[in-house]
Amino acid sequence: MTLRLSPHVYKTMIGHSYDGLPDEACGLIAAAPGSDKAVVVYPTRNAAASSRVYEVDPLDLLKADRDAEARGLQLAGVFHSHTHTDAYPSPTDQAQAPDPEWHYILVSLKDLVPVVRSYRIVDGNITEEPLVLEGR
Amino acid sequence: MAVEIRLPTILRQHAAGQATVQAQGETLGEVFEDLVRQFPNMAGKVVTEDGSLHKFVNVYVNDDDVRYLDKLDTKVGGDDSISILPAVAGG
Repeated sequence: MTLRLSPHVYKTMIGHSYDGLPDEACGLIAAAPGSDKAVVVYPTRNAAASSRVYEVDPLDLLKADRDAEARGLQLAGVFHSHTHTDAYPSPTDQAQAPDPEWHYILVSLKDLVPVVRSYRIVDGNITEEPLVLEGR
Repeated sequence: MAVEIRLPTILRQHAAGQATVQAQGETLGEVFEDLVRQFPNMAGKVVTEDGSLHKFVNVYVNDDDVRYLDKLDTKVGGDDSISILPAVAGG
């Protein structure tokens, strides 16, 4: 399994992660059904407004889901930032991952250069997947 | 009266792959009871065994999060659209 991203999706995730500081930032990605390419990104509010946890704002989630459906896409994953830790799912991320089909993307802002990684979380088992930046 | 329920991808497998289903009821709680009657595998997925909304789902009537309405006692009618989405959260 792989996650492919357009440069727009990639830079929006990183920009939104920095904009959210000092809190964690979060957002959603959408892809065509069955596709592994994220073509639309939805930066969302962190309803938890915390530097340690996040909750995608429920209304932003609903709007993103409707917009994706109107475009013939579906929500395919979530990204969030870790402000001071590595780009690896925390035990909370692992426990609360809702969908085994989703991509779980971490943006670590721990170091000067952001680190972006993507995972699948199935029955609590975390597997990293290759991330490919397309169209450069 | 039948209302439309939009299901998240993760629950569609319990409803023969459908993205939207119809269910009967005058309150959200009744509608979800009918949903489980039609699709028994939905039991426990939206409403917990003790009769409250599952912590890891968000339910909306039209644009309103039902946690800020009357939760499962929220009245629904034929023009209303109910959406269920997974709560997306972590650390």
